[in-house]
Amino acid sequence: MMPILKVENLSKDFVKSLDLVAKGLNKIGQNYKEEIVHAVDNVNFSIFKGEIVGVVGESGCGKSTLGRMVAGILQPTEGRVEFDSGQIENKKIPDALLTQMIFQDPFSSLNPRKRVIDIITEAPLYHKLITKSEKRAFASEMLQRVGLDPDTLQRYPHQFSGGQRQRVGIARALAVSPEFLVCDESIAALDVSIQAQIINLFVELKDKYDLTYLFISHDIGVIEHISDRVIVMYLGRIVETAPIKTFVKQPNHPYTQALLEGVPRLEVGKRQYEPISGEIPSPLSPPTGCHFHPRCKSATARCEREKPALREIAAAHFSACHLNDET
Amino acid sequence: MEPILEISDLQTHFFTKAGILRAVDGVSFEIGAGEIVGLVGESGSGKSITGFSIIGLVDSPGEIIGGTIKFKGEDLNDLSNEQMQHVRGNRIAMIFQDPMMTLNPVLRIETQMIEAIQAHDNKISREDARIRSRDALGLVGISSPDERLRAYPHQFSGGMRQRVSIAIAMLNRPDLIIADEPTTALDVTIQGQVISEMQKLCRETKTALLWITHDLAVIAGIADRVCVMYAGRIVEQGLVANTIANPLHPYTRGLMGSVPSQNQRGKPLQQINGMVPSMLSLPRGCAFQNRCSYVTEKCSTERPDITHLSDKRQVRCFNVSEVP
Repeated sequence: MMPILKVENLSKDFVKSLDLVAKGLNKIGQNYKEEIVHAVDNVNFSIFKGEIVGVVGESGCGKSTLGRMVAGILQPTEGRVEFDSGQIENKKIPDALLTQMIFQDPFSSLNPRKRVIDIITEAPLYHKLITKSEKRAFASEMLQRVGLDPDTLQRYPHQFSGGQRQRVGIARALAVSPEFLVCDESIAALDVSIQAQIINLFVELKDKYDLTYLFISHDIGVIEHISDRVIVMYLGRIVETAPIKTFVKQPNHPYTQALLEGVPRLEVGKRQYEPISGEIPSPLSPPTGCHFHPRCKSATARCEREKPALREIAAAHFSACHLNDET
Repeated sequence: MEPILEISDLQTHFFTKAGILRAVDGVSFEIGAGEIVGLVGESGSGKSITGFSIIGLVDSPGEIIGGTIKFKGEDLNDLSNEQMQHVRGNRIAMIFQDPMMTLNPVLRIETQMIEAIQAHDNKISREDARIRSRDALGLVGISSPDERLRAYPHQFSGGMRQRVSIAIAMLNRPDLIIADEPTTALDVTIQGQVISEMQKLCRETKTALLWITHDLAVIAGIADRVCVMYAGRIVEQGLVANTIANPLHPYTRGLMGSVPSQNQRGKPLQQINGMVPSMLSLPRGCAFQNRCSYVTEKCSTERPDITHLSDKRQVRCFNVSEVP
């Protein structure tokens, strides 16, 4: 089977350029350097049609930057994102439209001065997927798909609650008949009971319209529930990718294990937390070798020197840890 | 055992232009010494306002219009502003979701901590206060506290700042700490660290803790007892172990069904339909009726009272016996 999305050697650097003062001081012999953040550092993976791939990681791990590059909002510094929907004939829809993004904040991702009907139909009208006369019927159809009342077409975003706005955002994404959705923390800003509604909606839409998701979240419970495969990121690098069952039952990388250990769970009940120590290092000056070694219980001298490669340790299970070499 | 905090029938209302908003409407619960009580609810359920009411931080147009808040036998509502200041930050401390609400960005940590000590003890010398601050920082797991005392808040990461605000809350060895979503803004591994520190501190110092959050899973891991709030009222309360194993109120059940867990992979989550009603136009009768699947005619006409069950469990629902 051909993957629908292929990400090869993808990197993104953000450079904080020198200000005038620093440039001036450099001229008289000072040595100020530009600060570079390797937000995403040489990442490779592919996604197959109909899969939900979860990306987990803590703040600053580069998961959002990765999502934005996949969605085509950010240009990568290096590497490429290849999207192949497999459609050869009937090229009615431009390739760029086939990937859509659903954002975290349902308040800032909708234009407050536009009515819902215009928010939803702007892109399909521009790309001539629908005509002006179809606008109304099309928008009500889209609203119904995401479980909103078509009577609300003429409303402005502020007249909706957070969960409803997120539904409008999803309707807007679906309006151009995408095949691939990037959901960047799409449910993080919602209340628990509303979260469940939106998660159910995502799963329902996937089955109905044959969608593929890249689902980015810091919430491991949500990732476990929705994904078929999980990518774990730490400071810009993928440290582990595994099918969901392996991820839950036999996580290999010490960071993944620590993450899973730290998740509060209903089933477990009252317990003593024994968290991993240490802070998340600054992405401006990541540790040498394996980024995780200062916080890792089983770190060796080698972890400090050498960057571990992402290797397949079991079928479809990849991990970047030196410990796998020793056994 | 005498409870350290006893709230009964607390009513905090907001008198807005659009009408009276009953943010807290008849809340009663108690906390014993060294006990950890979780207060769970969604946004707008009144859980934070309950916390603010206890510590006396409800601002106009809000007002506590009824009920008593007994702290060590004394009603906090009867205290004057001045007397309340001796309680606030001294006997009762509060930790906020955003540590920058506690910390002043332009003062060194040291200055802020010493100020917090001297505000409640005018005899203590600066040097002694400094030593106490240093020890407090060490207690919450900040390495090299001596140097860190000289730092400014922006030099700390989010998790470290939250630790500093916990250290400040612990400074005067309060009897009760109110923590309002203290770990919501933190990453999973850092959240684990903060929870573990809080657990340890409460066990060692016998401090009572009211943990306000929307995350039932966090409560399950840390608290002894849980109160579930919906639309300004506590709809269920009981020991965490019992409540999680066997939730009785339909809302608690829905809330638990909404939390994704490994057991339900592949199945749709049991969602609660609809949304939290506007606090300005609550329906007559039970506030949860529109979203409840066990609703009867009685629910739309009468407000359910608290039903007391065994094991100190309380539920506010007419149909407790029918809920399977």
